[in-house]
Amino acid sequence: MNADTLRERTRELLAANDPATTDRLDFLRARFDAGLAWVHFPEGLGGLGAERDLQGVVDAELAGAGAPDNDPRRIGIGLGMAAPTILAFGTEDQKKRFLRPLWTGEEVWCQLFSEPGAGSDLAAVGTRAVRDGDGWRLTGQKVWTSSAHTARWAILLARTDPDVPKHAGLSYFLLDMTDPGVEVRPLRQITGEAEFNEVFMTEAWIPDSNRLGEVGDGWRVAQTTLMNERVAIGGRPVPREGGMIGPVAATWRDRPEVRTAERHDRLVALWVRSEALRLAGARLRQQLAAGNPGPEGSAMKLAFATLNHELTGLELEMLGEDGLRYDDWTMRRPDQVDFLGREAGYRYLRAKGNSIEGGTSEVLRNIIAERVLGLPAEPRVDTKVPWKDLPR
Amino acid sequence: MNLLYTDVEEQLRASVRDLLGDRAQPSAVLARCETDTPHDLDLWRTLTADLGAGSLHVPEELGGQGASVREVAVVLEELGRHVAPVPFLGSAVLATSALLACEPTTEVRDLLAALGTGRSVGALVVSLATAPGAPPPPTVEVVDRQLRGAVRSVADAGPADVLLVPAGGTLYAVRTDQPAVAVTPVVSLDLTRPVADVRLDGATGTPLGPDAAVDSALWTATALLASEQIGVTQWCLTTTVAYLKDRHQFGRPVGSFQALKHRLADLFGDLALARAAARNAADTAAADPGGDEAKLSALLANSLCSDVAVHAAQECVQLHGGIGMTWEHPAHLYLKRAKADQIAFGTPGQLRQLLAPLVDLPGPR
Repeated sequence: MNADTLRERTRELLAANDPATTDRLDFLRARFDAGLAWVHFPEGLGGLGAERDLQGVVDAELAGAGAPDNDPRRIGIGLGMAAPTILAFGTEDQKKRFLRPLWTGEEVWCQLFSEPGAGSDLAAVGTRAVRDGDGWRLTGQKVWTSSAHTARWAILLARTDPDVPKHAGLSYFLLDMTDPGVEVRPLRQITGEAEFNEVFMTEAWIPDSNRLGEVGDGWRVAQTTLMNERVAIGGRPVPREGGMIGPVAATWRDRPEVRTAERHDRLVALWVRSEALRLAGARLRQQLAAGNPGPEGSAMKLAFATLNHELTGLELEMLGEDGLRYDDWTMRRPDQVDFLGREAGYRYLRAKGNSIEGGTSEVLRNIIAERVLGLPAEPRVDTKVPWKDLPR
Repeated sequence: MNLLYTDVEEQLRASVRDLLGDRAQPSAVLARCETDTPHDLDLWRTLTADLGAGSLHVPEELGGQGASVREVAVVLEELGRHVAPVPFLGSAVLATSALLACEPTTEVRDLLAALGTGRSVGALVVSLATAPGAPPPPTVEVVDRQLRGAVRSVADAGPADVLLVPAGGTLYAVRTDQPAVAVTPVVSLDLTRPVADVRLDGATGTPLGPDAAVDSALWTATALLASEQIGVTQWCLTTTVAYLKDRHQFGRPVGSFQALKHRLADLFGDLALARAAARNAADTAAADPGGDEAKLSALLANSLCSDVAVHAAQECVQLHGGIGMTWEHPAHLYLKRAKADQIAFGTPGQLRQLLAPLVDLPGPR
């Protein structure tokens, strides 16, 4: 399958389904059925078994024709995490049932992994799934769940055997979020709004046909999900001052009265680090393009989080008495994070999440130290003991 | 923009690393630094005459290798990794870059050939602490066509037989084998790149061209020193990681303690940023020497890599514990090099002040 063939197939799709006159959802379904949704997926599942890089050929052709897309930012968890895991571990029936409406956005997905007692230590999850006839009854609490209030389905990690060590007693499920045993509550953040939710499950029903992978193999299945999450944090090219340095530098330029010698040196030092981080991202992409992905990527998110803390803190200080004000504490449930659409106080508070979400900076330092630098792990007291006997 | 290393650059790195692995082991470098020949001129002749590392960015028509400062940067990385005591910065970077900024007269060509092959060692007679872009007050005067004055803390002047001296708006070549020239080695913080004081009492020199060549050389050196600082950082990180895997206390390798391993993870992250900035500085200096983007990239890389290298060397000493404080362990050679490099061509704070107007971040009135 080469670029020319894909271009030809895309033109056939457009000829049969004129974007100007075709319903958006009908077009997306037709695109999926033509194998042009994600060309690296297998035939019959929205793809053609082509190289992943060739997707760009299709996307460019469709964008040129004004075709609708599937609003990928709204369904990022489905596309980035659920889909690759279902593809890797799903039965044929599961793949047929779930992938098409996932890709078209008809069914939004969320991720039910973290719990109040299982954050960085994800393998400690305590949400129990108990056998009940030809399915499972699920009871427990999940937390930090983006999109739970819009999701139809969830990927979920639950404990099916408390009598074995914690990694061995987990299973991976696909949960229907409309089940009466599922309750979603917004979780308000330090910014005032609620990007994410708490999810309570009380005897929620999961048919065994919605189990992904073998019973007790949930940890391995979850690794596939998490690896894909880290792939997603790759980074696109950004222009100079494209990140959080942008609004801070703009404030400095617009307001001469905020300029002091001490702030000046801090600002230029942060400008230097911002530009170096941008260059490191560019270098990483050059390594990827040359077929030699470097381990530096693991350090990028760490540097990004630290930099955002420092930049947003400096910005508030520069604003002086205006820094004492806040734009709006109203509780809202935004679809996406919008750093630049809000004021400095919001940026300062929201940036605190950068060193927590998607793996805390402390866990990232462990990963770099152990997997990249090869330093030995801390001695573990929790890996050989039955989960039920662990202190909590 | 290519921020990676080309195959040719990797081959060059491998040759230099092989040579330094044979000839610049830490024990040998340490033993040499307290002798009266702190520079290893045998090693320097091998690097220049055999590997051609002394004339990499000299065009072929001027007798050089016809490569670019990208390759010079790779050599500096390896020299930094070994804190090799050779006059590369003084002769092959500063003096050679100053000569390349002059009209290629016969004198200039002869000097480039002598420096490039290692027959001569050159030094640019400015203090190593001189920042680019801000010409220092002239301390050497021309009186009756004779040069008089003194300059302190000149890099690699000790083994030099040709000094390039700015005086009265002109750059002069001054041979050191005349009685009116005194080059006095000083006890230096950096044991592997000792500085020397230069005194001229009526020396004669050959005019080479306008002294603007000095600033041009300082910009090139500022950009490239960042790569040496990468090499220093890389050695400190690698050596400390190896030690923390091996060293046991409290019944376990000390590298298993998060309080320690997190510090090395941070250093790894700093190195990733520093390497991107250093490669960018070398690439930009090669593509557009003297341009605003080259200046910006040089200031960005040097101000960042200076602090990263010092931090890495300090962590190396600290995380080695008591052994890191001994003369016997080579960590101090890297700390001394890193600290001297931080001061060289302006401290990070000075460089940030030079950078600010280039990126439209004006200071307070």
